[in-house]
Amino acid sequence: MNYLPGTASLVEEIDKKLLVVLRDGRTLIGYLRSIDQFANLVLHRTIERIHVGKKYGDIPRGIFVVRGENVVLLGEIDLENENNPQLEEVPIDDILEMQREEQIQKQQEEERKKKSMLERGLQPHSELHDDLF
Amino acid sequence: MLFYSFFKSLVGKDVVVELKNDLSICGTLHSVDQFLNIKFTDITVTDPDKYPHMLSVKNCFIRGSVVRYVQLPADECDTQLLQDAARKEAAQNRQR
Repeated sequence: MNYLPGTASLVEEIDKKLLVVLRDGRTLIGYLRSIDQFANLVLHRTIERIHVGKKYGDIPRGIFVVRGENVVLLGEIDLENENNPQLEEVPIDDILEMQREEQIQKQQEEERKKKSMLERGLQPHSELHDDLF
Repeated sequence: MLFYSFFKSLVGKDVVVELKNDLSICGTLHSVDQFLNIKFTDITVTDPDKYPHMLSVKNCFIRGSVVRYVQLPADECDTQLLQDAARKEAAQNRQR
């Protein structure tokens, strides 16, 4: 992997502000400081961004070491586009509350689906969740 | 190494990648590595309303292990060539 043209490498992303999506659905934003062959990452000045609908909230997290197997993707944040007019920032407590409500709604939805499948004599499908592929 | 070489031949083309978390990303293939990690430039998320957080991201790196499908237009892919390459690779593996 050392010097073949056209090879994807994270070396060029170092010191850039990146958006990292994790397998459990979390979104982290931070400056990439270090990498290795497993895509383990060291993120500096990290914030965890929670999205609910068109609103989002940020939680400052400091320095994060992310194990490569949990990484879905790394996106380079376009600094001009960063302050998106479509998304509205709200205080952390509000977004956490909204997230909790969204979780409850999703669970209720899942329960309804499970019930209606059982009523029809089908097995409710235990879908493999985001973490653990 | 076969698919690594195959993807290298597709650098610069537009493909759609479907990930195991059901996210679909369309973009120009910038580079690929031996783990089939993919780098994209100019991405668009196929369903932006469900996934708003990628709105300000233009380039991204996708870990190979999270890819479910890579969708390519049929005319960018020479199936005959692929079949021959696969046969050769299988023969080599059998020899080893």
